[in-house]
Amino acid sequence: MKKLLTVLFITSTISANAQTEINALLNKAKAKIESVNDYEAAGVMKTNVAFLKVPIAKVKIYFAKPNKLKVKSEKGISFIPKGAVSINLNNLTGNNKFTVIDAGTDKINGAVVRVAKLLPQDESSDVVLSTVFIDEVRNLILKAKTTTRDNGTYELEMTYGKYEAFGLPDKIVFSFNAKDYKLPKGITFDFDDGAAPAPASKDPLKGKKGRAEIVFKSYVINKGVNQAIFTSQ
Amino acid sequence: MWSLLQIELYKISKRPRTYISFIAIAGIVLIIQAAFKADPGYLNILMQNVGDTFEVDKSKVINGYFMCYMILNTLLIQVPILVALVAGDAISGEANMGTLRLLLTKPISRTKIIGIKFLASIIYTVGLLVFMALLALFLSMAIFGVDDLLVFRAKADESQILQITKDDIMWRYLAAFAYAAVALTVIAALALFLSVFAENSIGPIVATVCIVIICTIISNLNIPIIDKNIKPWLFTSYLVGWKGFFYIAIDEDNVPIRGSMENWPAIRNSLFILLAHIAVLFGASVWFFKRKDILT
Repeated sequence: MKKLLTVLFITSTISANAQTEINALLNKAKAKIESVNDYEAAGVMKTNVAFLKVPIAKVKIYFAKPNKLKVKSEKGISFIPKGAVSINLNNLTGNNKFTVIDAGTDKINGAVVRVAKLLPQDESSDVVLSTVFIDEVRNLILKAKTTTRDNGTYELEMTYGKYEAFGLPDKIVFSFNAKDYKLPKGITFDFDDGAAPAPASKDPLKGKKGRAEIVFKSYVINKGVNQAIFTSQ
Repeated sequence: MWSLLQIELYKISKRPRTYISFIAIAGIVLIIQAAFKADPGYLNILMQNVGDTFEVDKSKVINGYFMCYMILNTLLIQVPILVALVAGDAISGEANMGTLRLLLTKPISRTKIIGIKFLASIIYTVGLLVFMALLALFLSMAIFGVDDLLVFRAKADESQILQITKDDIMWRYLAAFAYAAVALTVIAALALFLSVFAENSIGPIVATVCIVIICTIISNLNIPIIDKNIKPWLFTSYLVGWKGFFYIAIDEDNVPIRGSMENWPAIRNSLFILLAHIAVLFGASVWFFKRKDILT
């Protein structure tokens, strides 16, 4: 009986320690992110969805606390993924109304990362579950997966460089659910050029998953952002 | 030669039916422009559920270039009928008015006469296209402004949205209008050919319209046996070839390549097929016109 109690005590102590550790780690990562009140970033966005053939767009990204984010194309028509608001990690970790669960470790590009699952306490929240992968050495979130109630699952992969002190990435790969696109027959009168149709893709996610890759060229941090930008088209 | 052409053009300009086409085109273009200005709802049919996944500024999508594409898509199916109104009248109109015998007693070869009439029909066709370009492209640009062009395309079982940047569009329209001029010249050649056999204008005009409608319907049937065996022989399958200039090629990352076309050989071959139709129809018109009996 004594032995059993000892084992239980040690296990619960280790578990409690791990929980404290992951909370501390997440707080360190959050501290970096929260040091940014606002920013204006310039970059290029490449959207990759099976049905969409669009050029690489020059974009400006505006952020202001607590969770205002706007992605604007500098010129031309832009297709901005609706879940793009989640590219700002502040939206993910900004409010403290979630329970953190230690989910062990994983590897990203060969490096060991700690995995934390964030469960929202608000039952009516659109976000069902977020999983973040944290680099323990640099206190940076390298990857985040968010499962929402209505808009599927978003996935973010971040690469850091010059702005890692602020927790701001140089590159984000944003994966999202994309509904298949089908034009009604007979409305476009297309030219049949006789070319054989492309072979059916073996990728079962073709037409269902989209990717947007944003490479940031520069950030202007904590210099203030005109609030009108967030309400403009 | 020049004076003969001037006479032909003068005759065309004096016929009221010549202006029906211009009025019809102006009416359709203005109605489409007004409808899109008032209610851009048609875009929702084209966009389908894209708006569920992406934020797109629809006011930018409906711009002058897009409007021209929409109008050409609608009009270039009907314009052959308008071309037939004039070209179908070329020889049969003379026969109907009793001036054909008089004309052929002049010391001018029959080949030259029919050649001039065909040339006048081509000039009328090009005039119609220039008028359409002024209204559909330049007036739309003035009303709706300019931006990138979205091309909505159904390719086999796949639907696509192609985005062409605004600095890469104008040359495509110039090429598309030039292609359309060749395509409509086929209709002019067909109407002229039928005109050789008729004594009044209604017959060749109606016959041309019927041929165009029937062939267009067959060209748009998606039945494999017809796709393979009949469509390649119908000139109507190539009338929409102008769209090929807007099917931009993409690289391995799914990004459109500026200044490119997806399948230039297909457009070039379509052009050759249309030119061959013109040559055959005009050649046949000359052959039969030279042997036409005007004494009985």
